[in-house]
Amino acid sequence: MGNKQTTFTDEQLEAFQDCTFFTRKEILRLHSRYRELAPHLVPLDYTNNPDIRVPLALIVTMPELKENPFRDRIVETFSEDGQGNLSFNDFVDMFSALCETSPRELKTIYAFKIYDFNRDNFICKDDLQQTLTLLTKGELTEDEVLLVCDKALEEADLDGDSKLSFSDFQNMISKAPDFLRYNHVLYSHLYLCLLLLLLLLLLLLSG
Amino acid sequence: MARNVNFDLNHPLMEAGLESPVDEEGVHDSFNQLIAEQSQNGGISDGYELQQLQRELDEEGRDDVAYLSSPVREFRGRNKGRRDVEWEEDERQTDPLIAERWSSATLRILSSMPSRTIGRSRGAIISQYYNRTMQLRRRRQSRPSIKDFSRSARPSIRGYGMEADEADGEDTEVSKRERLVNNLQNLSVTDRIRMLRAMPLSVAEKNELRRLALQKEKQTLSGSKLPCCSRLKYYIIIAVRQSWYSWLSFLHSLQLWQMPLKRVSGRFGTGVLSYFIFLKTLLYFNLFLFLVTGAFLVLPQAVHPPMLPAERRPFSGLELLTGAGCFSDSVMYYGYYSNDTLHKSCKDDGAVQNDSVSNSTGHDCVSKRLSYKMSLAYFFTIGMAFFITCIILVYSMSKSFGQSFRIDKSHSILAMKAFCSWDFKVIKKTSVKLMSENICTQLKELLAEVNHKRVKNTVGQKLCRLMVHGLAWTICIVSTAACVTGIYFFSDYMHQNLQQSSRSVNQDPLLNEASLLALPVLVSLINLLLPGLFNLAAWMEDYESPSVRTYVAISRNLMLKVSVLGVLCYHWLGRVAADPNSIGLKCWESFVGQELYRFLLMDFIFTLLDTLFGEFLWGLFSEKVLRRRRKPAFDIARNVLELIYGQTLAWLGVLFTPLLPAVQILKLLLLFYIKMSSVMMNCQAPRKPYRVSQMTTIFITLLCFPSFLGASVCVTYTMWSIKPSVSCGPFRGLQTMFQAGKLWVQEMEKHDPKLSVVARAHSYLVEHPLFLFVGAGIFLIVIYFYSQVVDGQRKIISLLQEQIENEGEDKKFLITKLQSIHEQKRTPARRLTSQDSTC
Repeated sequence: MGNKQTTFTDEQLEAFQDCTFFTRKEILRLHSRYRELAPHLVPLDYTNNPDIRVPLALIVTMPELKENPFRDRIVETFSEDGQGNLSFNDFVDMFSALCETSPRELKTIYAFKIYDFNRDNFICKDDLQQTLTLLTKGELTEDEVLLVCDKALEEADLDGDSKLSFSDFQNMISKAPDFLRYNHVLYSHLYLCLLLLLLLLLLLLSG
Repeated sequence: MARNVNFDLNHPLMEAGLESPVDEEGVHDSFNQLIAEQSQNGGISDGYELQQLQRELDEEGRDDVAYLSSPVREFRGRNKGRRDVEWEEDERQTDPLIAERWSSATLRILSSMPSRTIGRSRGAIISQYYNRTMQLRRRRQSRPSIKDFSRSARPSIRGYGMEADEADGEDTEVSKRERLVNNLQNLSVTDRIRMLRAMPLSVAEKNELRRLALQKEKQTLSGSKLPCCSRLKYYIIIAVRQSWYSWLSFLHSLQLWQMPLKRVSGRFGTGVLSYFIFLKTLLYFNLFLFLVTGAFLVLPQAVHPPMLPAERRPFSGLELLTGAGCFSDSVMYYGYYSNDTLHKSCKDDGAVQNDSVSNSTGHDCVSKRLSYKMSLAYFFTIGMAFFITCIILVYSMSKSFGQSFRIDKSHSILAMKAFCSWDFKVIKKTSVKLMSENICTQLKELLAEVNHKRVKNTVGQKLCRLMVHGLAWTICIVSTAACVTGIYFFSDYMHQNLQQSSRSVNQDPLLNEASLLALPVLVSLINLLLPGLFNLAAWMEDYESPSVRTYVAISRNLMLKVSVLGVLCYHWLGRVAADPNSIGLKCWESFVGQELYRFLLMDFIFTLLDTLFGEFLWGLFSEKVLRRRRKPAFDIARNVLELIYGQTLAWLGVLFTPLLPAVQILKLLLLFYIKMSSVMMNCQAPRKPYRVSQMTTIFITLLCFPSFLGASVCVTYTMWSIKPSVSCGPFRGLQTMFQAGKLWVQEMEKHDPKLSVVARAHSYLVEHPLFLFVGAGIFLIVIYFYSQVVDGQRKIISLLQEQIENEGEDKKFLITKLQSIHEQKRTPARRLTSQDSTC
């Protein structure tokens, strides 16, 4: 992006900032990444919100997704048409939900959607089976996979309908908090403390 | 029900007919509304029809739901069909809900059940967030801060706030949305942004909501005749928002090392990443300490250097290692600080509040009322720094505890493995392969465990295991004890050596200085070698579960480090500080500061050596000579413990060496790059899965409990009961460092008799042990109450779980009822005849 052409208006950027977990700079970077995928398709100028979608096949070539066994499902989940064609909004949406600062709750909702292969709002045995096949790259035998599915459903299902509703899923996830959660909240507290301390000392000195 | 769930995915038609995010707008709504609607447009596809049910739909009447809504007929029909239903129920009990062909109407109702639409349909999300914003507003009125609103620490099974839908059935989505916009508009800016960000809607949708909310805000602001002050308020809000944004982006730019961390996590997953993030956290802690001591102690003192003896020792290079020599009379150590009151002008005040002012030195300042008492500043700076660090540590520890330990008895291990074991950060191909292999073996192990419940060990085997464990622990404890006694006697020997050398005059000062390095080298060597021995013992024991193995390793290493540090603290505070004259010291605080500097540096050097030999050369050796395919794995636990050890030294030394945090910052920066490149070059992803969050909780807890607590106990002890040096430092002439505060309060009382209350309160609070006891007692009581509350919650959780099971049963029962009524409706004639014949 050598020339100084505007990609987004200030208003657009502000809207993105309010609605996603990204800063202005990151949004622009995301746009350039998006544009790299299909340079002939995506224009530089996004001020009038062109309706352009990049197909799934191109999206999954990104290094972030390339090796992920769930890449197709992830992209499909975030695409508005459900086929995996992402508009720039969808693209931003995807990265915003997957980024580190997004809250656990939001991640849980999208994780549920991703694991819900047949989109019936339940994770049933089939979904679980597909998940496991993708996870283990088909190294478990059919019987083993079925056994794992049965046991897992038995464990996590609370209301006994032998499939996982969202609340079951959420309940299970909440017990396995394997996310990293050192966020910059801690640091901001640290620096606010420092500022307060400075003020306090000033008061002491002048008093 | 099972029918519609176990789709045959290979069927192309079915895929097409499935509900997609596009057409789910209308899906969510309340039961009543749906039933009412369906009587009008029963034929309209909800996008949920399954292929095999299409036929049933065709043969069914369209007004099936209208039937339901007429209670009389329903009752009659129910009466007539009761036997039928009962019979059906019997069958169902053997095979619940399977082998059931649901009619399309039932399916439609099922598909619109609230639990199915959570997080999916737009309407559901909007109404859910409407409820949330409402709650937020209500909360706002009672309590200003809603910080912890959407934390996951809340009860995990949440009422999703669907009750409002059922109440107002006629409410359309549009009005719901309007109300949401209304609520959003009434929230504060930060809350609104938080809400918007957390909504699981598409960006376009959120953008629209935001636009509407903003528009409304503007309308209300410009439409009505605004008084000047609220217009002012509006502008202030905008300004605050702008500054909040810039503050956030400033914080964002503070985030160090984003790219390297991404690379590490992409290759090794979150386990190794947690080490580096821990390192980063320590760096921030030290930065905070450095800024505090730098601003309040070092800078004022550096601007007003005290009178020093003219003779300065030349720089020989060894100072970098020992910290003695020409460094000893510098701003780095306690001894350099004066006990004067610095009151030149507003210049030091400027230096205190802001570095930028300190440049303007030349001008004369008239006001002389600003004074800076060094001893007080020293006392309060160290005290406040420790206090704030303590608060931050306890806060982050409790937060991390809340996240990783839940009150729940059932554990769904297999389900968790299936859904939560994938590390979405990993993007390197070989690591991905390794990870899926790992998951595979873990699943197999778990399955084996589930299938054959633990094979009982015989008594002999148990005894054998016990013996092995006992032996390993004995080895570890004995070796630790031996090392600690070794250090004890060696430090005693060094101390006597120093005493002798202080008496004899003619000795090489360089040799003297170098001999100071012996103790740090010994300690670092022990720290380096003993963990190897512990690893050997653990290998002998052959623990089954990796987590137990990690915990055992951590506890052994911790035992070693704590006892070593204990002995060293005794050496410094008990031997050196008790009788500094015997080894010819004028300023024992500076000596201890130098010792700590040496220890910190030696620790760093030995870590480097370990990285070079233990990781790099050993990796080369095993690859080239032993022809092993696997590279060594990165030992997270040990490395983290080393970091904690170093941090303890830094905390211990802040009092004696105000610039020690700066040294520690440098050390951590270098360590980050060295470890990073070493990991990238020599290591591979660890084979053992790491429960990252629990590990981080443990790391933070260890940092808080033995490390920080120990350091602060030592520092407090020094301040409270050890006599500071007579001829140096800011506290010279006082009995204890703590007296500085006391004298200040007394002086204040003298100046202003009104403040005598403060002085009395101070003397009561600080000097009376009673208050300490009362405080501790209250603390314990609070802890006790909390544990009781947790106990009660556990009971409630089990009750609730039971209730959920019952609800599930009820749901099944109702659905089967519903279905049976449909069945009757469909073939009323046949039913009737069959009924008649049976009766």
